[in-house]
This record gives sequence, structure tokens and C-alpha cells, in this order.
Amino acid sequence: MRLEGKRALITGGGRGIGLACAQRFVAEGASVVLGDILLDEGRTAAEELTQAGGKATFIECDVTDVGQVNNFVAAAVDACGGIDILFNNAGIIGPGTDFLGTSEDEFRRIMEINVFGAFRVAQATARHMVDQGISGSIINTGSMLSALANPDQAAYVSSKHGIHGLTKAMALALAKHGIRVNAIGPGTIKTAVAEAVLVNETAYRRVLSRIPLGYIGEPEDVTGPVVFLASDESSYMTGQIIYPDGGRLALNHVMPVKELPAA
Amino acid sequence: MRFGDKTVIVTGGGRGIGIGTAKKFAEEGASVVIGEIDAELGQNAADDLSDAGHRVAFVQVDVGDPNQAKNLVTEAVEKFGSVDVLVNNAGIIRTDDFLETDIETFDQVLRVNLRGVFLMTQAAARHMVAAGTKGSVVNICSITAFAGMPDQVGYCVSKAGVFQMTRSIGLALADKGIRVNAVGPGTVRTELSESALGYDSGGSVMKRVLARTPLGRLAEPEEIANAVLFLAGDDAGYLTGHTIFVDGGRLIQNIVLPFDE
Repeated sequence: MRLEGKRALITGGGRGIGLACAQRFVAEGASVVLGDILLDEGRTAAEELTQAGGKATFIECDVTDVGQVNNFVAAAVDACGGIDILFNNAGIIGPGTDFLGTSEDEFRRIMEINVFGAFRVAQATARHMVDQGISGSIINTGSMLSALANPDQAAYVSSKHGIHGLTKAMALALAKHGIRVNAIGPGTIKTAVAEAVLVNETAYRRVLSRIPLGYIGEPEDVTGPVVFLASDESSYMTGQIIYPDGGRLALNHVMPVKELPAA
Repeated sequence: MRFGDKTVIVTGGGRGIGIGTAKKFAEEGASVVIGEIDAELGQNAADDLSDAGHRVAFVQVDVGDPNQAKNLVTEAVEKFGSVDVLVNNAGIIRTDDFLETDIETFDQVLRVNLRGVFLMTQAAARHMVAAGTKGSVVNICSITAFAGMPDQVGYCVSKAGVFQMTRSIGLALADKGIRVNAVGPGTVRTELSESALGYDSGGSVMKRVLARTPLGRLAEPEEIANAVLFLAGDDAGYLTGHTIFVDGGRLIQNIVLPFDE
């Protein structure tokens, strides 16, 4: 039990990577508070975790609403007595749009959720940690697109590069309080967010040709790095981003795609 | 026990980060083979682990020698039946004024730090591929893969080389199910760094190091070992070719924290 007694906050905890991490955190001995705008998914997730013997609570949280964010953090502190871990996971990818045709409203919407949302939740949580003298761990959600880029996702790419910068600045700002801030940078993972890519065979092949390990990741492929960063095992790490990307960042050209797995 | 049925080779396992890593693997159930060029250090480390009830063997090795690298892998397989994890930890540092550095010193550093990683990884990977082992290789890189040192040119170049070798060999072995990753430590509290930095006496070198270390202290060998175990295990199953920097925040820091000369 590597997170025994820890109290963790997970935004976007209702499904996908957030939910997989919630399950893993509970298995490692933590209690979790899930935030999401998806009320049914969030409540169901918390109920299932509780039925399985874990301690889990769901609280509605729209990260674009500072009032909801502050309420979310305060309610989580009330429910658990404090927060040791934040997995700052809520985010959207948005539809791919030609750069020349990308609207300012669409760009702003993605930045509003992915960057400002992450900032709001992290600041509210960090204020609590500093106030209570908790040497916590914050894990932001970057992407391989914190380092690479796609031509038709200018806003998303900008937002994930922004998360990388936010992670570094927060790490330096909070180091003296004993709070570590790191990020994960997943490659292509089988979630609702990646559905658009995975239904198209041509696109699927092109993605696979850029994954040396030869398969698109499952949400569970991201949980190991998150647990590592959340736990005391990473006690000398701060400001870093770990990329569970199947090796993509290391690859110059493409890999041969032998066969397309069943969708 | 995360490594209960695994055999792990740790080169340079006689002291510092190496012995800390060997101990962690043993405590997680692994059979450990300590490779070390200094026979006394290596045997003592193995005896200590053995006395604590762990399965361990010592094999003397100069990792820059192809036959000795191969022999280390062969002996590990003979003793414990497989090699599942290789930790390329053996390395040396030479500090010299650049204008005065002789080329033999430069060659010596690259021979151990770079050629040694190539030879050991090739020997271990040949065994893993032949045996069908979905193994894992973890290299010890350094923040000096990116951050330069004026008086350690060879060392910094060797670690930049380890960073790239981690990527390229990671790609070369990906379709065999063998992952290759690295840990890039910042300044670690070992016997060597303590004496060099005046750790106990609060020396000025130490002050300068800490001015560039947001977390405000040196790393313990155990903290590097924890990252090695993470990368070696199933929790890092979707990572390859990746270097994780365990540096207390050094590489991301722009200027310095306040300090007195």
C-alpha cells in the first residue's frame, strides 16, 4: 500500500484516466474525492469505489467556475480532513480545426478549461496545503503535446505546453513549502477524448506508426506514473513531466505497422 | 513484492546509488547480481545483502570490456536462471581544467560511462531476446546530460550520450517488448559528493549547489533507487526511451535561490 492514509483529490474523476487513477489510488490505500461536471459518471464511480471497500466521495466541479472550485476543495477538506494529493486531470481536447479557421472563442474555451481550470484547482489546493503545513504532491495533466505538436490542434497544444510551464513555475513557487508539483504527459490513450482518432482506420494506423511499443495505451498505462509521482517514492522530483507515451518522444521517423488490432 | 521472480543486475553495485538500488531490489524480492570493478567493495556489498537474507551474487566486471560484460550476463543466468532487469549504474567522474585535460582522461570516462552502457545493454538484451524475456533496462544518466560543467567535459558528454542511447536502444528493442529508460539524478549525497562538496562543514561549494536546488537538500541514494525501481517495473509499462530527472527541481530553475558566498 503505497498511498496508505493519503487523501487525494481527482478532477475529471468520472471516467477515463481520472477514474483509472481513482481506482488505483484506492487500491493503494488512499481515500479519494472525485470532481467532475459529468454528474452521473462521477456519482457512479464514487459508489462503485465505495462498494468495493474504498473511501470515495463525488463532488460536482466545473473547473471554469472559481466558486465551484473553491467549494470543491473546501468540501473535500471537510470530507477527508485535508488533502495530500491533487491529480489535476480535468481537460478537453476539442475537435481538430484548421489553424487558419480556428476561432478565438474555440481557442479561449480550451485554454479556459485546460490551463485556467488547472490553475484554479491547483491554487486552491496549494493554499490549503500551505495553510495546513501539508507536504503534498500535485500532479498536473500534460500530454506528449506538451513537447510535440499537431497542426490542427493549436489551442490544445498551446494549453498542454502551458501546463508544462505552469508545472515548472508552481514547482519552484511551492518547493519551500515542501509541496512537489509534477506532471504526466500521456501519449494516445484509449479514452473518450481519443475516440475521434481511434474510429478511423487510416488515422489509427498513422498513430500506431508513431508508437514504438506497438499499441495504443489503456488508462491503466497512465496510473503507474501517477501513483509514483503521488507517493513518497518520488520525494526528490519536482517540476518534471513523465511521458507514458509508448516511446513516441524518442522516435525520429515512424515504425512499421504490422497489423491493425481489432478495434 | 514487486520483483519476486526477477533477476536484476546492478553494475557499479558496490557503493553509492548502486548499492542503494541493489538493496531496494533485494527487499522487493529480486535475486540481485552485483557487478563491480572493485572486488572488495563488490564482495562486501554482496555479503551484506546475503547476511540480510537476500539472494545475491557478486561478479567482478569492467563494463568497458566486451568479454567481461558478456561474462556478467552469463554468470547471472547460470546463478539465477534469467536476467530480467539491467541497471547500468557503473560510472566515473573526472574533474579537470579543460585546457589541462589529457585525452586519456576523456577516453577513460567515455569508455566506462558510454561504451560500458552499450556493451552491457547489448549483452543483456541478446540474452533477453533469446530467452523471450520482456525485460527492462534502466540507465543512470545525470542532469549533466543537459546542464554543462566547465571542468567535467567528458562526464557531461558521456551522460548526454547515455540520454540518447536510452532513446535509440529503447527504439531498437521496443518490438521485442524490452523497455529502456533512464534516471537522471541531480546531486546525490554519497561519500564522494560529501567530501567534494563539504556537506557537513557547510562549505561554499555546497552553498552554491543548494542555491541551484529548489528542494533545498541533496538527494539520498534511496530516492534515486525508488525511481529506478519504478522504471524497471510494470508501473512504467508504457514508458520507453524516456529519462526521468530526479533533481530536486534543478533543471527547471532559471536563476538561483538566495545564498551567501
